[in-house]
Amino acid sequence: MTVRGAYIHIPFCDHICYYCDFNKVFIKNQPVDEYLDALAREAAYYAGMGPAKTIYIGGGTPTALNERQFAKMLDAVCRHFMHAGIEEFTVEANPESLTDAKLRLMREHGVTRLSVGVQSFDDRLLRAIGRAHQASEAKQAIERARRIGFENITLDLMFALPGQTETSLHESLEAALALNTPHVSIYSLQIEPKTIFYNRMRSGKLRLPGEDIEADMYGQIIFALEKRGLHQYEISNFAKKGYEGIHNSLYWENEEYYGIGAGAHGYVAGRRYANAGPIKKYIQAVHEKGYAERSAHLITQEEKIEEEMFLGLRLRKGVSKKRFREKFNCSMQSVYGKQIEKLKNEGLLDDGGDRVALTRKGVFLGNSVFEAFLL
Amino acid sequence: MSDNKSRRQSHIRNFSIIAHIDHGKSTLADRILEATQALTKREMKAQTLDAMDLERERGITIKLNAVELTYKAPDGETYIFHLIDTPGHVDFSYEVSRSLAACEGALLVVDAAQGVEAQTLANVYLALENNLEIIPVINKIDLPNADPDRVKKEIEDVIGLDASEAVLASAKTGVGTDEILKQITSKIPAPKGDPDAPLRALIFDSVYDSYRGVVVYVRIMDGTVRVGDRIQLMANGKTFEVVETGVTTPKVEMREELSVGDVGFLTASIKSVHDTRVGDTITNAGRPASEPLPGYRRMNPMVYCGLYPIDSARYNDLREALGRLELNDAALQYEPETSEALGFGFRCGFLGLLHMDVVQERLEREFNLELIATAPSVVYQVKRTDGTTVRVGNPSEMPDRKNILEIEEPFVRATIMTPNDYIGSVMELCQKKRGEYKNMVYLDDNRTNVIYNLPLSEIMYDFFDALKSGTKGYASLDYEMEGYRLSDLVKMDILLNGERVDALSVIVHKAFAFERGRAIVEKLKELIPRQQFEVPIQAAIGQKIIARSTIKALRKNVLAKCYGGDVSRKRKLLEKQKEGKKRMKAVGRVDVPQEAFMAVFKMSQDKE
Repeated sequence: MTVRGAYIHIPFCDHICYYCDFNKVFIKNQPVDEYLDALAREAAYYAGMGPAKTIYIGGGTPTALNERQFAKMLDAVCRHFMHAGIEEFTVEANPESLTDAKLRLMREHGVTRLSVGVQSFDDRLLRAIGRAHQASEAKQAIERARRIGFENITLDLMFALPGQTETSLHESLEAALALNTPHVSIYSLQIEPKTIFYNRMRSGKLRLPGEDIEADMYGQIIFALEKRGLHQYEISNFAKKGYEGIHNSLYWENEEYYGIGAGAHGYVAGRRYANAGPIKKYIQAVHEKGYAERSAHLITQEEKIEEEMFLGLRLRKGVSKKRFREKFNCSMQSVYGKQIEKLKNEGLLDDGGDRVALTRKGVFLGNSVFEAFLL
Repeated sequence: MSDNKSRRQSHIRNFSIIAHIDHGKSTLADRILEATQALTKREMKAQTLDAMDLERERGITIKLNAVELTYKAPDGETYIFHLIDTPGHVDFSYEVSRSLAACEGALLVVDAAQGVEAQTLANVYLALENNLEIIPVINKIDLPNADPDRVKKEIEDVIGLDASEAVLASAKTGVGTDEILKQITSKIPAPKGDPDAPLRALIFDSVYDSYRGVVVYVRIMDGTVRVGDRIQLMANGKTFEVVETGVTTPKVEMREELSVGDVGFLTASIKSVHDTRVGDTITNAGRPASEPLPGYRRMNPMVYCGLYPIDSARYNDLREALGRLELNDAALQYEPETSEALGFGFRCGFLGLLHMDVVQERLEREFNLELIATAPSVVYQVKRTDGTTVRVGNPSEMPDRKNILEIEEPFVRATIMTPNDYIGSVMELCQKKRGEYKNMVYLDDNRTNVIYNLPLSEIMYDFFDALKSGTKGYASLDYEMEGYRLSDLVKMDILLNGERVDALSVIVHKAFAFERGRAIVEKLKELIPRQQFEVPIQAAIGQKIIARSTIKALRKNVLAKCYGGDVSRKRKLLEKQKEGKKRMKAVGRVDVPQEAFMAVFKMSQDKE
């Protein structure tokens, strides 16, 4: 199977959000240029294995780079991965560092899709989760992006935040809908170790909405967005027809992708690998071998089957039995007949025709479903 | 030869150390070992006598041990010391009394800041009953809040011992050790006993060794025992041939014989510690003593609980593990038991709660078993309407109410030593726990012994924690069995999702049934995770529901976090979730975690 996507990681941020546990560092005093040189070399290494159909530059905060560095980074990525057949080229951006100059650079380099980290339109909440921008900046950033020619824009929002009320969430949803972007992602807050929130939680100083409120909020989100024509095509993703994220869908469809940059994860030739996370280690590894793999695992047939299900079921369209048979040379029924039957009886799974998919109840209780597909 | 023997006997000193937990017994033992050069500093692991990991972790001594030490006194004489260690917990008070019976003297170690505590007092009385010479040692005098004069006065006022020559010591720094050694030689009498009389050896401990069989720790009271002798255990009449005799220094050293006053071990291809009960007398089978040594008692379990493997397939592993522990623990009893909720397991009997905890922890740690323990229960004596009496150690086996004439439960006589300021709250607690006031003894200006008769079940249920919190940690507790008494008791059942769960049944006093029922259902609500459907929890007496609570249905667990291409993290999360479910027991349709089965017992301990 050919590799379909390229993920490129920019691990720098000009501030650190309280909830973030991604591989990232405060940009000040970091060897950014050396990093970009290593990134270019690693991109060359993977591009040599074959072209990708999608490019996704994420972070960290890609727009934390200054304009010169930003251009240098885009140049390198394009040099190795840009071709006429690119289906989607996404860059993540934070409102406060998304300058017109960077927007123009992206246009010039063929970026097709912009992912803006908004998280909330409630300034009080934005401060409470450690974001550096205000709601008005987010709105202006999107308007500026449109003026410069971006139409395919997605917003990231968050819910189940400490202190977030259903009213505040409602207002953020309305503000997002008013901007009329064709795509919205909504993630619920998870408290992860090594974050400021984790620290606060440990000392008992973080008040989070409980499971019931979280469930109500999730229901509210699905209702509000679907009503306005943004259909839920994945647990956290909503889009107008034809605007579903192509690159992210690769993950859920269990396709392969290159992971490039410090701490990036990739899936190539049946192996899932992770790159060295610390910037210096990453640079050194690329310097020595041309790539920076820190650990890798050859996915067994059994794991591949499990992943086909627990990733694929995140998509509302579910998993195709036909494709399952083609991929694994056995029927889904023979592997998961019992589990599917049980989940159907519990009202968590739909099994009609070619596809098995989550029911509405199953969307809320997804982990109960996914767990059942671990062999 | 005989002269030699009696000279040797006159230079033997057998003693124990009596101390409250944390007052420094083990550290002092280490200093004595060092001073007698039994171990070089390099060989010393801190606190050598507490050999088991578990003991070290909990800072308590469970198993007894004895060492022989050679002490060259400043006067030029060489003495043989036998230091016999004693367990420090009320569960093992009988073992303490037997190891004290193997001594002529005891060091009474009292913390220079904390003073005398209830349990120390109980052990001092045991020592006095055994006619031991007691040497007071006031330890930790290097602490900033040490008040040796006050503690001296306490020893005199509370216990009545002469403390004028009490040794002021710091086992940590070694101050006072020489004086302690001197007093051991000058104050503790040499062992009496007739080396030519028929053998009488007191068993004060026994340990199973898979190569040598049971290693029996004995104090020779009369006569001599040699390798090759045929010996007899006087309690059950069984005979064995002695294979080894020796002492621990603390290295194992073989000896040709053990004679009067000696403290050492013997092995005789004995297969089970159940044959070598603590307190029993060993004699020579060919020339038996006419009378065993006084004081032998067979210990019966005071507390029972059900132990079940979480994974039913490991039932046989659990049986084997219990068998292995039993080899070394004469007080542990078990028999197979079946529960509707938990499947196949064992009803196990213990001397007390600590003993129960220790056994459970060893099963999990040493045998890698994951267990569900049901709440511990005392043994009730139930008189049925047909005139027969049954002993019930498992609440779910309580006969039907209409067939019960009356129920008796075990009571203890509890001695609570408390600063005078807290007498009120101690009495309030005892009243609340169905206590019957017996007596109050003013020990000195500051402290009082409050004596109550209390149901053992109430002592087990949260008493100790309530006592500690009600007295800012100052009160201490000791108790002994008092006997059985009539009580107004009922069985309370717990229903999950409408089904009775036998493993959650408890026996409660009628007057407290409502309160306990409420507390239990609330605690279970906290401990049982949400299921895909609503689960009612009810407490019932007979058909009557007395408390109810509801676990809401699971509403959202889908991971809606942005993980991008990091699939291994998603996988780990799901695997962890699946693992967690495996650690739960499916009771009907409800997945119940391990700790919920103990909830009926532990709940109020976590409340504060």
